Amino acid sequence: MKKAASFLTKDNFKNMALQMAVLGVIFYGCHGLLTNTQANLEARNIASGFGFLSLESGMPISNSLLPYTPADTYGYAFFMGIINTVFVSVIGIILSTVLGVTIGVARVSSNWLVSKLAEIYVEVLRNIPLLLTLFFTYTIVLAALPVPRKSLTPLAGIFLNNRGIYLPRPVFEPGMIAVMIALLVGIIGAMVILGMAKRIHDNTGRVIPGASLGLVVVVGLPLAVFFMAGAPVTMEHAVLKGFNFRGGLVIRPEFSALMMGIILYTAAFIGENVRSGIQSVDPGQINASKALGLSQGLIMRRIVLPQALRVIIPATTNDYASLVKNSSLAVAIGYPDMVSVGGTIIGQNDQAIEIIAMWMGVYMTINLLISFVMNWLNSRVQLIGR
Amino acid sequence: MYLKKIVVFLCVSFLALGSTGLASTLEDVKARGVLNCGISEGVPGFSIPDSSGRWVGFDVDMARAVAAAVLKDGEKIKFVSLASKQKIVAVSSGQVDLTSRTTTWTLKRDAKQGVDFTTIVFYDGQGFMIPKSMGVTSAKDLDGASVCVTAGTTSELNVADFARANNIKFEIVVFDGKKEALNAYASGRCDVFTTDISQLASLRSTLAKPQDHLILPEVLSKEPLSPLVRHGDNQWKDIVTWVINGLIAAEEHGITKANVLEIKATSKNPVVQRMLGKSGDTGSYLGLDKDWMVRAIQTVGNYGEIYQRHFGPDTRLNIPRGINNLWTKGGQHYALPIR
Ligand SMILES: N[C@@H](CCC(=O)N[C@@H](CS)C(=O)NCC(=O)O)C(=O)O
Repeated sequence: MKKAASFLTKDNFKNMALQMAVLGVIFYGCHGLLTNTQANLEARNIASGFGFLSLESGMPISNSLLPYTPADTYGYAFFMGIINTVFVSVIGIILSTVLGVTIGVARVSSNWLVSKLAEIYVEVLRNIPLLLTLFFTYTIVLAALPVPRKSLTPLAGIFLNNRGIYLPRPVFEPGMIAVMIALLVGIIGAMVILGMAKRIHDNTGRVIPGASLGLVVVVGLPLAVFFMAGAPVTMEHAVLKGFNFRGGLVIRPEFSALMMGIILYTAAFIGENVRSGIQSVDPGQINASKALGLSQGLIMRRIVLPQALRVIIPATTNDYASLVKNSSLAVAIGYPDMVSVGGTIIGQNDQAIEIIAMWMGVYMTINLLISFVMNWLNSRVQLIGR
Repeated sequence: MYLKKIVVFLCVSFLALGSTGLASTLEDVKARGVLNCGISEGVPGFSIPDSSGRWVGFDVDMARAVAAAVLKDGEKIKFVSLASKQKIVAVSSGQVDLTSRTTTWTLKRDAKQGVDFTTIVFYDGQGFMIPKSMGVTSAKDLDGASVCVTAGTTSELNVADFARANNIKFEIVVFDGKKEALNAYASGRCDVFTTDISQLASLRSTLAKPQDHLILPEVLSKEPLSPLVRHGDNQWKDIVTWVINGLIAAEEHGITKANVLEIKATSKNPVVQRMLGKSGDTGSYLGLDKDWMVRAIQTVGNYGEIYQRHFGPDTRLNIPRGINNLWTKGGQHYALPIR
């Protein structure tokens, strides 16, 4: 009751009125903006709405993960762009994390040379604009590799040239289904084993090698089924035909260069997060662990990492988000990400507002997903009072 | 980075907001005292800055003629370099008053994309450039080849059409900028570089060893190149159309940069007198003064002179006039009557 009464004080009322007024002005402005835009677009005979997405695009896309031809629609073309953006982001996040952690650990290494090299790496890559790094990696990729006729073959069936990296493509036969099921069963089995190992450890203190046992199940079971089914997979090899290789699995130079650039760049930032995370752990704790006779690995896993992660994760969430946004620089080196494809669609239809809205929607969704996952991870590593 | 793009596009859309649909480009340009003109990112012959940073070229001269007619000074132009992808949006949004930049007149651009084309300044067609060492002599033998092309062009679409129509497969690698596309071709990423044939000749001259590259005989498409203006301002469209048409008419009548004043003073031909503002009132119909055409010709010369200056035998490009000659000499240029 007291609350409700105080709610209607004079000050509060004035505040509310003011906020309403501001809101009103904003709405009025937006409304004016919208109607004016509409009128101007009409005056120039530019359509609005998303109808154009169902028209035939006619535009080629060189790197598409799903089958695509210029006879497909603008909507589908844009979807290819989204898939490419997501693909680049996922691979980029995984690999830049691996490299970043390595760099970060190297920076706090007691080996002078190792830590110095890591420092130079960070300083150089962090301070060069990513766009330049991309031009550099693309130039290197193209210059370092030979023409198709003189391809390098590091392993039989693998070809490296300035049109891409050609790998044998596995073609699955029906028997593969059984293998997939075995893999699934293996994963579930491993989880059960891990759970049991933990329970036994918690109850009795006995250490069961759950991880190794689980691994045996995950790998062993599908492998056994695979051979029992008579290895139901054939390899389609790339062959040189005319100017280029045909068939097989190809990784285009634009993709390789983009990945290299993005990973090298982002890893520098992640490396710094890892370093500051590790350095945030009180050295006294490490000394104490050593005094207790814990092994290096155990100290890292049980003492340092759990605390360091609390510093590392929030900062790295930002770097992941930047990575996703930075992937739009792909456009400069001919990789058809969502921004590149969308830009071409704008150029052909002048429906910039629609495409921009789509870009924003996709980037926002991806980045919200990332922060959702990272926040969950973060909550897992917070100190839990017992 | 995508943020920057979004901001740019938002600005462009706000520009569209700022100018109401009915504003007169002519009044805007006169009040500003400067013509904003979209131009390429640098294609020798068509438009490229010279050693002192001044834009020169065939497309540049077309724009200077318009500035001379409207603002009485061919130098009162601000050139805005546009990538292929931006060239239409920049006009429809009002960022530039005019784009004079190797742009093909197509139905969709004209009718759907908020721009109007004016008049054809160059009849072009798309072609393929390949390294001579490839040993190929026809485009039909290019099955399986990698093709580098610039985004947002008709070239990008035509090459995909060509592959579909001839049932051959290309790996088409699309770059945002022409420079990056050409670099990729030069470094061996692609077997083929494709764009309008005249531009192939021009861009080939910028490669390290031009003689090592071959332009294949096939013409994939028709590329009628025309300057473009915003849709919906008929007066402004008329001005650009008739100034350029006047340059072609001047060639038909033998009026040149050097003799235009003399001809104006002495010619007894009523057609010429009307064109040069000695009689009649053609300028006022366009919202200009009597001397609009005299100034345009004084500034850049007639169509033939412009062509010779940038593509003629004395230039590095040496593109034969062919279809771009006057209709009386076996070409396509046919000036409309100025009366
Ligand atoms: N005529 C074609 C293509 C014209 C064109 O300008 N193509 C490329 C050349 S590859 C380009 O961007 N050139 C000039 C430049 O901006 O530097 C069209 O209108 O789409």
